[in-house]
Amino acid sequence: MSGYRLSTGGRIDRSRPLAFSFDGQGYQGFAGDSLASALVASGVTLFGRSFKYHRPRGLVGMGPEEPNALVSVDRGPARITPNLRAPQVALHEGLMAKSQNRWPSLKFDVAALNDVFGALFPAGFYNKTFMWPRSAWEHLYEPVIRQLAGLGDSPVARDPDHYDATYAHCDVLVVGGGMAGIAAALDAAAQGGRVFLIDEQDELGGGALSDLAQWADLNALKDRLAAAANVTVLTRTVAFGYYHQNFIGATQYLTDHLAPAQADGPRERLWRIRAGEVVLAQGAIERPLVFHGNDVPGVMLASAGRTLALRYGVAVGQAVVVMAAHDSGWRDALALAQAGVTVAAIIDVRGVVSADLADAARIAGIAVHIGSAITAVHGRHAVKGVTFAAGGTGRGARLACDAVLMAGGWTPSVHLWSHAKGSLVWNDAWGAYLPGTAIENCRAVGACAGAWDMGTGAITAVLPNRRDVRAQKAFVDFQNDVKARDIHLAVQEGMRSIEHIKRYTTNGMATDQGKTSNLNGLQIASAALGRPVAEIGLTTFRPPYSPQTFGALMGHHKDALFQPVRKSPIDDWAREQRAVFENVSNWRRARYFPVGGEDMEAAVLRECAAVRNAVGMFDASTLGKIEVVGPDAAEFLNRMYTNPWKGLAPGRCRYGLLLREDGFIMDDGVSARMADDRFHLTTTTGGAARVLGMMEDYLQTEWADLDVWLTSTTEQWAVIAVQGPRARDVIAPLVSGIDLSAEAFPHMAVREGTIAGVPTRLFRVSFTGELGFEINVPASAGRAVWEAIHTAGHAFGIVPYGTETMHVLRAEKGFIIVGQDTDGTMTPFDMGLDWAVGKKKPDFVGKRSLARPDMSAPGRKQFIGLLTEDAQELLEEGAQVVADPDLPIPMPMIGHVTSSYRSAALGRTVALAVIADGRARIGQTIFVPMPGKVIRATVTEPMFYDAQGSRLNA
Amino acid sequence: MILIHCPYCEEDRPEVEFTYGGEAHIARPADPAALNDREWETYLYIRRNPRGPHAERWRHAHGCARFFNAVRDTVTDRFEVTYKTGEARPGDAK
Ligand SMILES: [Zn+2]
Repeated sequence: MSGYRLSTGGRIDRSRPLAFSFDGQGYQGFAGDSLASALVASGVTLFGRSFKYHRPRGLVGMGPEEPNALVSVDRGPARITPNLRAPQVALHEGLMAKSQNRWPSLKFDVAALNDVFGALFPAGFYNKTFMWPRSAWEHLYEPVIRQLAGLGDSPVARDPDHYDATYAHCDVLVVGGGMAGIAAALDAAAQGGRVFLIDEQDELGGGALSDLAQWADLNALKDRLAAAANVTVLTRTVAFGYYHQNFIGATQYLTDHLAPAQADGPRERLWRIRAGEVVLAQGAIERPLVFHGNDVPGVMLASAGRTLALRYGVAVGQAVVVMAAHDSGWRDALALAQAGVTVAAIIDVRGVVSADLADAARIAGIAVHIGSAITAVHGRHAVKGVTFAAGGTGRGARLACDAVLMAGGWTPSVHLWSHAKGSLVWNDAWGAYLPGTAIENCRAVGACAGAWDMGTGAITAVLPNRRDVRAQKAFVDFQNDVKARDIHLAVQEGMRSIEHIKRYTTNGMATDQGKTSNLNGLQIASAALGRPVAEIGLTTFRPPYSPQTFGALMGHHKDALFQPVRKSPIDDWAREQRAVFENVSNWRRARYFPVGGEDMEAAVLRECAAVRNAVGMFDASTLGKIEVVGPDAAEFLNRMYTNPWKGLAPGRCRYGLLLREDGFIMDDGVSARMADDRFHLTTTTGGAARVLGMMEDYLQTEWADLDVWLTSTTEQWAVIAVQGPRARDVIAPLVSGIDLSAEAFPHMAVREGTIAGVPTRLFRVSFTGELGFEINVPASAGRAVWEAIHTAGHAFGIVPYGTETMHVLRAEKGFIIVGQDTDGTMTPFDMGLDWAVGKKKPDFVGKRSLARPDMSAPGRKQFIGLLTEDAQELLEEGAQVVADPDLPIPMPMIGHVTSSYRSAALGRTVALAVIADGRARIGQTIFVPMPGKVIRATVTEPMFYDAQGSRLNA
Repeated sequence: MILIHCPYCEEDRPEVEFTYGGEAHIARPADPAALNDREWETYLYIRRNPRGPHAERWRHAHGCARFFNAVRDTVTDRFEVTYKTGEARPGDAK
């Protein structure tokens, strides 16, 4: 509890104080502060609790690497954003932030008992402990883990913000606005091309912002950038992913740094940038040191201490100890001392450091302990002191301090380089992987390329300590609570690959994606395995570089713009009639037309009865339609469909069954031959694009010799099905040019003429089992013809019906719906469609597969009907069928219910199902076990109504 | 977002305009009935699945709607070349 604001220094605006709150308590900072700097300046050390042990945790870094100080920022109802890194939250007036992972409070956390029982939570704990029984997962483990673990709360209300998205193209894109990035952008700009420079911070400068000596240079470079008209600079913009061919995804944060009242316009903007060349200048992230007690609040990266002092004018403590394995720690200590921070000591694990640094420290009056290591950190909620010892052995000496800065060396940020599949090369001097060969047109510059003077250092796995590593609380991954001993345990238990060690220990799997822990984990694994790091490899970097909001990724693709809604030409009419709609693939279809206060069941029973007793009309416009034209059209269809097509006379229709080459049913539909060289195909509503794609495939790639053209005409035709015993009476007065008599125009025929003055392809077909017509008219005339038929049908009691009634009527007749009664593993024989398979045809798509022995083997599921013994019992679609419900659970399941409805015509329920050897079971009783009961049903033919088809042919 | 060169449109277009069609240069047998079950299985299911260059079919579904072939490296996802249906794989003797 001893950070404070220095009297001078920093890039903050001391004339603009800002009030904010953290966990309900009021604080003050300044314009230019981050939440983290303002809190440290106010003496706050405790920022959160760790994920597993709920250990008190403080700030570690001052950038995207921060693992501990995760906060939720509350910008009003539905605008709560969890898991933000406090150092990256810009302070504004009225900011409200909360810590996470604590209950009931940050200071007193019940789950910290996990820490007391820490031995119960070793590496692989999740994998080993929560195995069996399965039900315990649902009822015990998962709820408890979720309660204790969770990373902040998601907002429960709908996100009221909107998110923009844009594309950009440039010659050179520079990622990272530190000195190296700015220089690269200026170089590129001098070539005259279009340049983008993006940086995640509020202002350009990167590490130079924390180095007084570079400010003058930085300002000069910024002036040059501002003068370069061909450079676009995007700050507060995170390049989160590097995709193929120099395609970069980046999120620009537009309003979160403003007080909510001042926030106007979109919250974030997603940039998709295609660049000729990408220059990565992502810098480097400092590595923590791994030692006993390195997670006590107040132990942080030396670079964070420097940034707090130089950029924000904040001292991390009254007495700061630097634990170094790298020169940069000395440089930071000296910079801190110069800024007015008291540095109590520099402890360096190395036996030798450069004379320059040692002299400078001596002149600055800083005590120096070479060849020593911290062996213990005192304090629980805040650092009270450290014990250090020469060589880490012996009892050592105690030193009072309230902050410890770790300087473990630097990890070049190769994240985006790796996204782009650039190779990585181990570098001993850096103790890290550096960019090797690029695949894309990309290069790395500055610290991320290893091309920056950070000083030199020694690479250490764990600092020397007289205690065994298994007895140390030496943390590697702070957020996921992975200790050095967990990695040793993983190796001891046989893990060899770093990818396995990562998953077993969860090292590097937290929201920070191991920005501070990956390399340390690797070093420790290397030491434990006794193999060089370069042989162990590196876990894969994947986008996103840092967490992104769903809002930004969605952009405008929400609500009505989430996906297109396809509407038939009769959609407006149905809406005016207050139809209830359902979505079928992308189509919006009228499901039923309730009258008065009818529910679906009542409406459907009424609609069904109307079709069976008088006449109904149905919008079938969504049926897929393909016009097949050309001299080889019949030959082509003959090869595609299971049944013969060459002999079909013009003016006649045929049911077509389409298989995939593997012999399973893909689609079906009734098609008509309009002329010798012209067919009007129909497909299922959902299958239209798939069928056209498959037909094009065969036509273009297998049978290029056939002269055939395929055209999707789905949206060119409105289709009105008029079905029922009075169907002919309804349309007769409207039709001209076609003899509608049963003799002249039989079932499965097609004629061209006019209806209501509009040209029509009139099909006499039926998906209901009744006398029926499907009237194709140009889509633009669809509604007019529909209304004309509706008016003409009034005298006959015509009723519009929806998809639900269509389903019931076809189920009464046992007509299948591909995708509902079939599931992609059903053959024509399984579905009782043997009659639709041309046995004499030498070939068709799928024929050879039907000849495989398994395709006709006993035991296959077959399509049958089910009648429940209780005529009013409605089976559930998808319910499993068993032969003997008295067998022990899990009993063998022989099939499932595919369709189930209340039939108005039969005054009872009917169902369709596929069950093993179903046809042989006709007449037998099967059982459908449901919660609390077992339903008995009789297996029947899949045909419940007018089996002779006399109504159809009327 | 990969850019794919359609050999018919002769343009680099974004991958969302294209659909994938599996391994290329597997011709449907002229007389499937003449194949035994093992041969038919090989035609239907057995694929090379190489690590590295892979000749495969693509369709410019939301463009010219044509099928074409491409050699794509399955390690890097890089398209080495695209060519028209019916043409031999570039560099192949056949
Ligand atoms: Zn094309």
